[in-house]
Amino acid sequence: MCDTCGCSDHTGVRITDDTRTVVLEQDILAKNDQLAEHNRGHLRAQDVFAVNLMSSPGAGKTTLVERTISGVDLPFAVVEGDQETLLDAERIKATGAPVVQINTGAGCHLDASMLHRALHELSPARGSVLFVENVGNLVCPALFDLGEAARVVILSVTEGPGKPLKYPHMFSATDLVLLNKIDLLPYVDFDVDEFARDTYRVNPEARILQISATRGDGLEAWYSWLRTHSALPMPGT
Amino acid sequence: MHEMSITQSVVEAIAGKLGDAKVTSVRLEIGRLSGVVPDSVRFCFDVLCAGTTLEGARLDIDEPPGRARCRDCGAEFGADDFILLCPCSSANVEVLGGRELRIRSVEVA
Repeated sequence: MCDTCGCSDHTGVRITDDTRTVVLEQDILAKNDQLAEHNRGHLRAQDVFAVNLMSSPGAGKTTLVERTISGVDLPFAVVEGDQETLLDAERIKATGAPVVQINTGAGCHLDASMLHRALHELSPARGSVLFVENVGNLVCPALFDLGEAARVVILSVTEGPGKPLKYPHMFSATDLVLLNKIDLLPYVDFDVDEFARDTYRVNPEARILQISATRGDGLEAWYSWLRTHSALPMPGT
Repeated sequence: MHEMSITQSVVEAIAGKLGDAKVTSVRLEIGRLSGVVPDSVRFCFDVLCAGTTLEGARLDIDEPPGRARCRDCGAEFGADDFILLCPCSSANVEVLGGRELRIRSVEVA
């Protein structure tokens, strides 16, 4: 851990004499949130636009990242999160983009300290887009701020209906929803309008783009979102 | 099972604050809209406290209810379901309470 990110914790400790109760009043995620802010400051100083990509396993995160790296004329760097293996990192390496794999072992999500260590190893180039591919899971990653500038949730049409209502934390905390594998819509029972209604019920501000990462449908809108948002001044700059 | 790492954060934060003091009870606040399941935290707590200064400590959890305000009609309403819909059927609401995730206090021997 570097010198600048030791968590200085300002919560006061008060001992009330007779009961021996120590009042802490401390956010449980304080340590993670402090590290996330540290990451955010570091990324901002380097003009790196970090995107936290979250989805179920198999929704198409890695395919989307591969396709985007070759489709958009921006420098990219990637952090891959999986419980085990280097399989995804090897796929990204083949695109030529710098990549670091985090294996969480039993862990079901990335947290700010994992990203912090990965950033030291990766050192993304100034002005690049950093994709942080979270562990495939629609539950736990929603709760952990990594220090990203934007959150993107990917859902594939093969996963079936009702996901925004079943996993409201994930869908309510996202800036953009990518509905992937739309080339398979003729073969599955998935109602796009119903999905949009469900998404807006938990996140009235969400933007939804329909894409097929393998066939290329809708990717120009995603690329355009990425170009626009990575060029915006980040809050606090 | 993010409750395992949440609970680990609790144990580490308390041990870090209180050093060698023997902790006999812990009071947490886990709001109904926080996305954290109190029963899972209870399960993890006993496991993670073993061998620490918190071993055997009682765990009390306050669960403040969800409260929200509608940005369209201004009404305030209770919302323990994460699908926050105002009785006027607007989804444009602001959460006022229920997302708490705090260590309130501990008792030491």
